Amino acid sequence: MANQLKCVSCGKPATVHFTQILNNKVHKVDLCEACAQEKGITTLAGFELPLDLFPPKATSEPTASAPESGLTLRCEKCGFTEADFKKTGRFGCPHCYETFKQMLGPMLDGMHKGTAHTGKVPRHAAARKEYHDRLSQLELTLASAIKDERYEDAARYRDEIAQVKQTYGKQEAAS
Amino acid sequence: MTFGSLIATPSDLTDTASSKCAIVMMTRIRLARNLASHRFPGRASPDERAEIRAACRQTIGSLPLMQPAYDLAISDLSDLQKQILVERHLISRELSASPDGAAAMISGDQTCSVMINEEDHLRIQFLRAGFQLKKTWAAINAFDTAIEDALEYAFSPTLGYLTACPTNVGTGLRASAMMHLPALVIGGHMEKVVRAVNQLGIVVRGQFGEGSDASGSIFQISNQTTLGESEEQIIKRLSAVLSSIVEHELNARARLIENDSSKLFDKIGRAYGILQNAHLLTSSEAMNLLSLVRLGIDLGIFPDSGRPLVDRLFIESQPGHIQNNAGQAQIEPALRDTLRAAQTRAAFADFAPPNFIPAIEEPPPEPDTAPSQN
Ligand SMILES: [Zn+2]
Ligand SMILES: [Zn+2]
Repeated sequence: MANQLKCVSCGKPATVHFTQILNNKVHKVDLCEACAQEKGITTLAGFELPLDLFPPKATSEPTASAPESGLTLRCEKCGFTEADFKKTGRFGCPHCYETFKQMLGPMLDGMHKGTAHTGKVPRHAAARKEYHDRLSQLELTLASAIKDERYEDAARYRDEIAQVKQTYGKQEAAS
Repeated sequence: MTFGSLIATPSDLTDTASSKCAIVMMTRIRLARNLASHRFPGRASPDERAEIRAACRQTIGSLPLMQPAYDLAISDLSDLQKQILVERHLISRELSASPDGAAAMISGDQTCSVMINEEDHLRIQFLRAGFQLKKTWAAINAFDTAIEDALEYAFSPTLGYLTACPTNVGTGLRASAMMHLPALVIGGHMEKVVRAVNQLGIVVRGQFGEGSDASGSIFQISNQTTLGESEEQIIKRLSAVLSSIVEHELNARARLIENDSSKLFDKIGRAYGILQNAHLLTSSEAMNLLSLVRLGIDLGIFPDSGRPLVDRLFIESQPGHIQNNAGQAQIEPALRDTLRAAQTRAAFADFAPPNFIPAIEEPPPEPDTAPSQN
């Protein structure tokens, strides 16, 4: 910060300082008079902004420090690795969210208002989730009934499973 | 529908511009969505991207809102056509630089556009003139639900809609307003505003998004975070911030008139004179002059009926639109400045001259803390 600011465009001493906010990061753009004019930044008088109005925030929050353990996570669905993510800042597929769960948690915490979704739930996804939850619950009770040799109960659970499957199939077909 | 008809049709946004759009010119909501069964576009092979496009195209093309629609493959468009779409806020620069499989579907009235295979499989965007966050949300929410009836979205009960970049996960929602804030810029207050709203999780960008400058005193103001709040909460928070920025802008205008009306009127009068008579105009100069005339309309110096023209010129003064009107494949920037000036001269030939009297009639109220000095 101490040295003379140079024009980002041509390298001459900068006299116009313009701040942009990108991705929640402050980018200072320093320009010389000529380049600023060219970009139209000084055309409105009074647009030259004192630099100190905008002190830089603490830079580079550490994003999920990499445990240099030699163990690299790799998404089984798309082959994406932790290194790929670090390089691009993007995931490879929806399953990556499962694969990189550990690393993701603290990152989301710093990035968002919270770490749990409280918004819209897609209608079909909700129905599907309910269906799968119900089904796995019934399958568990069925298994335990068989294990305990409660065959009448087991038969009842089997019927119920068949019915749940059938109803869900009809709903899906109807919508 | 052909690309030619898209260009020939002025966007609904500028056509309906009225005093209701004085400071918040445009509202926009974008939803990021992905299909559960595919890799994200950045990771998908060309074949997979083609599959993704086919699936999305079929579903979206059948929705009522998309009758009729522009159905565009990015690879079929010229650089100029892509630039025009960017200038109209219908596609992003990222999409225009995306490889095969990238596509856009745009409703006939240009208020809904769906980008396919941008960073996410789907980027759904709704635009409305003026300050209409709630209505825009209602419309895009219904549209999104209709898509979900046919396509299975990548969704996690705990993390919400899964997106290529974790900064969009959760609601996948970015709501934004394009605001015209000339008095805050002239008064040198914009940095303070940016800093203040930034602390509330709201981001300020230039008119054309990241990296664009603030010529024309037009800013895009949007939510930064997408997870941990419902869509309604995000919109409510943003609305509150926007309302407070509107208030600050009105106060800054009142102060300019009170403290230095000659200086302000001089700027506005000169802007009118230059737009009516210039023979060379760069796009940013044109933007800044149009911005002053627009401020003049808000202040009653020019009639409100001039607003749609000014708002249309904001878009049509962009390089791609000028080049397109020239009807040649390639023109030099210098010739572009000549053509741009010719366009504004023609547009302003019959534009009512400024009437500086009514501007002082009703200045917006001062904030309660500062007693009036009269
Ligand atoms: Zn320079
Ligand atoms: Zn993956």
